[in-house]
Amino acid sequence: MTPLLSRIDRQGWIFLGVLAAACVVVPVLNLTTAPGSGLHVPTYAVSLMGKYLAYAILALSLDLVWGYCGILSLGHGAFFALGGYAMGMYLMRQIGPRGVYGNPVLPDFMVFLNYKALPWYWHGFDLFPFAALMVLVVPGLLAFVFGWLAFRSRVTGVYLSIITQAMTFALMLAFFRNDMGLGGNNGLTDFKDVLGFNVQAQGTRVVLFVLTALALALAYLVARFMTTSAFGKVLVAIRDAESRTRFLGYRTAHFKVLAFTVSAMMAGVAGALYVPQVGIINPSEFAPANSIEAVIWVAVGGRGTLVGAALGAVLVNYAKTLLTGAMPDAWLFALGALFVVVTLFLPRGIVGTLVERLGSRRARARLPGPAPGEIPPALAEEGRGS
Amino acid sequence: MSAAVALQPAPEAGAPAPDKRLTSTLLYVDDIKVTFDGYRALRGLSLTLMPGEMRAIIGPNGAGKTTMMDCITGKTRPDTGLVMFDGRHDLTRMDEADIAQLGIGRKFQKPTVFDSHTVADNILLALKGPRAAVASLFGWRNRVEAARIDAILETAGLLAHRARPAADLSHGQKQWLEIGMLLAQDPKLLLVDEPVAGMTDAETEATAALLRRIARDHAVIVVEHDMAFVRALQCRVTCLHEGAVLAEGSIDSVSADPRVVEVYLGR
Repeated sequence: MTPLLSRIDRQGWIFLGVLAAACVVVPVLNLTTAPGSGLHVPTYAVSLMGKYLAYAILALSLDLVWGYCGILSLGHGAFFALGGYAMGMYLMRQIGPRGVYGNPVLPDFMVFLNYKALPWYWHGFDLFPFAALMVLVVPGLLAFVFGWLAFRSRVTGVYLSIITQAMTFALMLAFFRNDMGLGGNNGLTDFKDVLGFNVQAQGTRVVLFVLTALALALAYLVARFMTTSAFGKVLVAIRDAESRTRFLGYRTAHFKVLAFTVSAMMAGVAGALYVPQVGIINPSEFAPANSIEAVIWVAVGGRGTLVGAALGAVLVNYAKTLLTGAMPDAWLFALGALFVVVTLFLPRGIVGTLVERLGSRRARARLPGPAPGEIPPALAEEGRGS
Repeated sequence: MSAAVALQPAPEAGAPAPDKRLTSTLLYVDDIKVTFDGYRALRGLSLTLMPGEMRAIIGPNGAGKTTMMDCITGKTRPDTGLVMFDGRHDLTRMDEADIAQLGIGRKFQKPTVFDSHTVADNILLALKGPRAAVASLFGWRNRVEAARIDAILETAGLLAHRARPAADLSHGQKQWLEIGMLLAQDPKLLLVDEPVAGMTDAETEATAALLRRIARDHAVIVVEHDMAFVRALQCRVTCLHEGAVLAEGSIDSVSADPRVVEVYLGR
């Protein structure tokens, strides 16, 4: 097995370099410069960037299944939201008696809804390691069961996209209900501490940003390792010709389930990092539109490039921040137009197009190989000999 | 026959089990019938193939040639009948991946290679060996020596193209790459569907030579329309018609058979 470092290409190094620089520059500019100075990065902006990076992890996870295996999931937001809820439940339990009703065990919404005791599935979430485990396990398990049923029955293409969409929609409806015991409509919010640190504090926010950047780098490395291994080559083979891959003896459903599950876990981590920085998780995170937006990020950045997916997420969300500030009603039109324009004029996305341009320039510099259609001498000779 | 097969336990991998084979034939196809929406594609087809044998299958369109391949490789399940491989595996109850892992390789009529992979990676994916998902993340397939792949590419005449994306190959080269992938699978039986369709005469000759070389140590079934090509294969010929065997024998006896002339070759 080639060591992981040698499997990172040039764009990968640039990406990791930018992330490393962000981990240093952003905290320094936030903590050491005076508010009002030209270089100062306000704390709200640190969290905003942290949010973008969490979205970038989601985009990366989606690219792993869509870009490399052709699984167009329109429900990845569900895994993101489940990871977010797992983190949200931990943060709720950390409030303790500081809630409005002062109940030491029950979160405010439960007191309000006349809960007498904590529902069984809330137990354990006061412990961070358990909650962190659930951030991976809950989305992973859902993806495993869902994937196992769907891929074993050979559901592919549009049908698969539709059922992933149905999955996230069903979850949204379920989480909207008050008797789910997860805060219903309002979701989980009003967080106080994470691991004993005030979530509102400047220092905590900076640390959360850095952790998100590190998680993004780690997610990239995991995805890169997977896609450059023989496993990744089989994924691409499945994407391009699934039945051919089956005739080669690969049990394609197993590969898809594994990729889908790992991807869902990554999306869960993204959601878990998103929640403390945004301060709320509610059922609207399950909205099908969110999952579709994530697909657009990947398409804009370039599917099947990993780095492009992350870049697309950051760029589109930055544009969204700018535009919703200036013209709130125009955003959905802009997003739709963006998708159409990218599909028509930039089908490989930003990074895909750049790599192609550079690649073809280099190829032209190289000597031409044998022309296609030419019969190799070894074969031609043998053919004549018969 | 079927009852005996149903009682047959699945062979244990690894341990040198006693020879439980029911026949010495490599492939034993007995009276298979397939119906698609009322259309009887196969009407009691029977065929046997000895280990190491090469066989050409001819017949008019709709004779059931491709459906027969589908039944052997698990794509289609026959309504009735028996397909035994190596005397002990009932192929009608296995799926595509299982059958491929038993050692049956298939080349499709339309060349299907993995376009976005390089020529070398196409061979790498085909190489015989464990194919589990987790194994392919960490396992030996990540450490295959280039020489092993190059040896196969040499045979397929594609060594000079190893680093090119398969999408860039010509039609004929794609056919050879697919045959190279079959070689990499090192199957006991190769099924080759119309390998020379759309090839130039020179490419056709080269392909016949390649298949003859492969047939030295593999059993091969070739479906083909091109009679000059079939003759060049120098092997036994089976002519199918309306989902059953019409005639079988040497190329000369089959092409002289009046019924074959009637339905297929034309007068």
